[in-house]
Amino acid sequence: MATHDSDLSTGRAMSQSASTWLSLNRRHLPVETLVLALTLSLWVVMAFSTPNFLTANNIINILRQVSIDSIIAFGVLFPILIRGIDLSVGSVVALSGVVCATLLTMGMPIPIAIGLTLLLGIAIGSLNAFSVHRLGIPAFIITLAGLQAYRGGAFLVSGGTSVFGLPQELASFARAEWLGIPSLFWTMLVIGLILHFILSRTRTGRYMVAMGSNYESARRAGINIKRIVFFAYIISSVTACIAGILLMSRMSIGSPTAAVAYELNAIAAAVVGGASLFGGRGSVLGTFIGALLFATIANSANLLGIDSFWQMVATGVLIAVVVYVDNLHKRRQSGLK
Amino acid sequence: MSSLLEVRSLKKRFGAVEVLCGVDLSLEAGEVLAVIGDNGAGKSTLIKHISGVYPRDDGEIWLDGQPVTFTSPKQARHAGIETVYQDLALADELSVGANIFLGREPTRRWLGMLPVVDKRTIQRETQRLIDSIESHIPDGTSTVAGLSGGQRQAVAIARALYWDAKVVILDEPTAALAVMERENVIKLSRMLASKDVGVIYIGHNLVEILEVADRIAVMYRGRIVHVTRAEDTSQEELIKYMTGYTDRQIA
Ligand SMILES: Nc1ncnc2c1ncn2[C@@H]1O[C@H](COP(=O)(O)OP(=O)(O)OP(=O)(O)O)[C@@H](O)[C@H]1O
Ligand SMILES: [Mg+2]
Repeated sequence: MATHDSDLSTGRAMSQSASTWLSLNRRHLPVETLVLALTLSLWVVMAFSTPNFLTANNIINILRQVSIDSIIAFGVLFPILIRGIDLSVGSVVALSGVVCATLLTMGMPIPIAIGLTLLLGIAIGSLNAFSVHRLGIPAFIITLAGLQAYRGGAFLVSGGTSVFGLPQELASFARAEWLGIPSLFWTMLVIGLILHFILSRTRTGRYMVAMGSNYESARRAGINIKRIVFFAYIISSVTACIAGILLMSRMSIGSPTAAVAYELNAIAAAVVGGASLFGGRGSVLGTFIGALLFATIANSANLLGIDSFWQMVATGVLIAVVVYVDNLHKRRQSGLK
Repeated sequence: MSSLLEVRSLKKRFGAVEVLCGVDLSLEAGEVLAVIGDNGAGKSTLIKHISGVYPRDDGEIWLDGQPVTFTSPKQARHAGIETVYQDLALADELSVGANIFLGREPTRRWLGMLPVVDKRTIQRETQRLIDSIESHIPDGTSTVAGLSGGQRQAVAIARALYWDAKVVILDEPTAALAVMERENVIKLSRMLASKDVGVIYIGHNLVEILEVADRIAVMYRGRIVHVTRAEDTSQEELIKYMTGYTDRQIA
């Protein structure tokens, strides 16, 4: 902080603009770049550690995994932005996969089955938003309830087992590659671009940041809070349903045990990618980088034959460290409060 | 001839507590009217009725000779009443410009189709505004998080200025400010009044109140107990009224 008492207002303005410029850069770059650097160094280390890492097959594998993880994480980012949370997405992934698979095995045309599954996502998102906005139930609680209930629903719909016998077109979608890049990755890219566009260019995106940043200011500015809440939770559930359909396609079955604990992965990706659980901060690109880091860790541990328990420990430590570093930056910025 | 804003026997209770017990107040265009009173006198509650935050239990509010009832802050803003709240209500993660335009962003068509926020217009207008109020806000595109209290106050006032408000309400605008910054807020308030805006200025610092105000209304326990021209009064007199003295002693 500049503490020289100067009467020269121009000098003051200049030092102020210099300091905001610095804090601006410090503000938007650190976490994401740090995480990206970490991810890239992991890639380099892995490339030297095992010949199996930098193979076309393995990279495509990582891309497929990161695609589904990212889509879920992009969705979860929206409730987080408005200072909410959605813990139900993992279960919604499973439920939507099972529902869509069941509809398909009943002989329903693919577009209609997918359409109905997405409608389910809209319904679940609306229910979450309604509970939060109208009934005043904390998002944490209502989506925790959903985490249980939708998983139960997935078992009920499927009769406790996996749903087999998907149409060939659907099963082959996830395996397809266009221009050497998995179809899943392209799908993720399109969804990511749309959501990024909404966040950075539209009023709705701005209002979400405003609402997460200062609820009162958003309300007093006359923003339609209800609309924003519904939008955020519907995005979260619908992207979870899309991920559910893609995962079903990838596994060629609708499995009620799919995507267990994916919600935690998704939230971790968003947070490691710069989102604040206190709302108002987060980006689609950062979330993707976060998801890429976790997918890389999982893949590396797998290739190196590291115990998956160690992998869980490492992931946990990583989340703690990144959030700590981010907080440190923020505190420094607000004058070592 | 009617006043710009008139409040008539406004009443409000929160549960068992009657916070406003029939408040009368009038505001003219081009004046700064200070509302003072002890903590809990009901000042913030009063202005939150004018700005559409609370619904009233009883009474009337007239704007430009018309009775008005606002059911939301948005309606009040549409009618030309801007409020700079005690707790400021700026979104930290948004830029200065985004805050000034929050809820009223200009849009343009992206690729001729999708409506997107017109960031360029926001930036240009924000810069123009910042220059016009000379408040040392470094840059309209930086987030509000890094600004000082005075700069935040200036942003909030700039927001009111830009939207051509008829009435601007400032709730303790200098409460958290350094001395230098107080002077700037006083200057901005006078500037608003000189543009024919009616300014309601809530404050505790009597020196400052006597400097900024044309007229002063004293609130005590949910009532306006005294209204005077600033030049006709003194700190001593104001303190007397703030601590419960009334002209007409209640039997
Ligand atoms: N939403 C509310 N619910 C219940 N009581 C309230 C509410 N808002 C204000 N009050 C009460 O109403 C009284 C007046 O509050 P108000 O905020 O209007 O005072 P004020 O004059 O602005 O005080 P200050 O100078 O401290 O800002 C206080 O006793 C307060 O506790
Ligand atoms: Mg107050």
